[in-house]
Amino acid sequence: MHTVLRSATASVTIGPDQPFCIIGERINPTGRKKFQEQLRVEDLSAVEVDVAQQIAGGAMMLDVNMGAPLVDEVKLLGDAVRLVQSLTDVPLCIDSSVVEALESGLAAYEGKALVNSVTMERERIELILPLVKRYGAAVIALPNDEEAIPEDPHRRLELAKQLVGIATDEYGIPIEDIVVDPLAMPIGADHTLAMKTMEAIHLISTEIGVNTTLGASNVSFGMPDRHTLNAVFLPMAMKAGLTSAIMDARTPQIVTAVKGADLMMGNDEWGATWIAAHRAKQAATQAAEAAAQA
Amino acid sequence: MTPDEILKGLYDETMVGNKPAVLELTQEGIDSGLPPERMLFEALIPSLEEVGARFERGDWFVPEMLIAGKAMAGALDLLRPLLAQGGVESVGTFLMGTVKGDVHDIGKNLVNIMLEGAGFTVIDLGVQVPPEKFVAAIEEHQPDIVGMSAFLTTTMPMFKANINAIEKAGLRDKVVIMVGGAPVTQEYADVCGADGYAADAATAVRKAKDFVAAKRAG
Repeated sequence: MHTVLRSATASVTIGPDQPFCIIGERINPTGRKKFQEQLRVEDLSAVEVDVAQQIAGGAMMLDVNMGAPLVDEVKLLGDAVRLVQSLTDVPLCIDSSVVEALESGLAAYEGKALVNSVTMERERIELILPLVKRYGAAVIALPNDEEAIPEDPHRRLELAKQLVGIATDEYGIPIEDIVVDPLAMPIGADHTLAMKTMEAIHLISTEIGVNTTLGASNVSFGMPDRHTLNAVFLPMAMKAGLTSAIMDARTPQIVTAVKGADLMMGNDEWGATWIAAHRAKQAATQAAEAAAQA
Repeated sequence: MTPDEILKGLYDETMVGNKPAVLELTQEGIDSGLPPERMLFEALIPSLEEVGARFERGDWFVPEMLIAGKAMAGALDLLRPLLAQGGVESVGTFLMGTVKGDVHDIGKNLVNIMLEGAGFTVIDLGVQVPPEKFVAAIEEHQPDIVGMSAFLTTTMPMFKANINAIEKAGLRDKVVIMVGGAPVTQEYADVCGADGYAADAATAVRKAKDFVAAKRAG
């Protein structure tokens, strides 16, 4: 199954036979005190740096989230979407828990966006899915209900099935425009959680057949050497069936692990992308050496 | 084992999260007549506070904090009936929950353990707690303090929604409201109308005690 996202001028395809879709996570004020302060006075200058670094790092899409305390998220998300689209042509993931902010972001967006996200909660479904339909967007679906995030992978599959059923049957959203998030939980909280996520990915991608995504950095929360854990987790999740992730696109160790896994998974024909990346790195090193000598 | 050896053992084994050893030592303390309050206040709580301090400095990590918390919770299960029997009254009732839309509970659970250790009766509503559930639980349990946890900037606005609901139900002056969670600041706590905020579990317990003392005095 292919999920196609578009900006005004470019597109990206998510699918099991495609290179893994790297969605940059950085444009998000969570845990960034200075950025939060800037957003309070509607200063979006940090976003320009975030866009440049993530695109340089290998992001194929960018997540845009403006959720911070004491800010006008509705206005900011619209402004941020316009700003990011003026800086890059990769498609965007419009991320908010505030429905009005999602709408403002979608209204500002040119192309077909990915909406982050809807859960298996009636109230959320009734507010968000009509928006997704109206703007012809795709949507990330989370298999958690009013109660909690179920630990049992089969329960996650069941909730995902229900949610996909509602989105397609009641709201007429094409199944390929639903990307299920099997939910990545911090390995530090319980060392058996990652394997449950792997199983949920496998069940959801084989039994429903939809594309999948998750917030990959969550896995390493609270642990030392997070980069290595993220770099290990992603290729394992890819083998389980994961086709995209909202992730750290600025750390070469992590992006390189994903690119290596693309090749191993048979999604980098004759290793052309891998070899080209190697040459680009070589050229950059040589240029830096030449500059240092001059 | 001398009482001091038991206390030292409890302190050391709690810190490394060795629950079987902590249970054994607690039982040995009970059997040898070591006062449960001493085990609590001279070993278990200081140990968990040290774990919290190390975590705060970035020297220790989440799993280490969790297993230490679990070890202490195990000891508390053994000590609780004795503490009650010994006439150690509950310091107060603390109603706790992670706000609606938020499923993060590591920090909340740790605060719960610390509160229990400090003598509070803790009623944990779990995660994804909607305003009406907070209201119903306040009516049912009549707590001294209501604690709300949020880990996401996107779920922090639920503090205000909960406080509004509590106000609407006419219960606002019956309870002290404390908020916390990674993205929460004192400034935000003030803006949303909470009575208290703490950056870490140990501070939360200290403030909770102060609130109850002030409430009882007033």
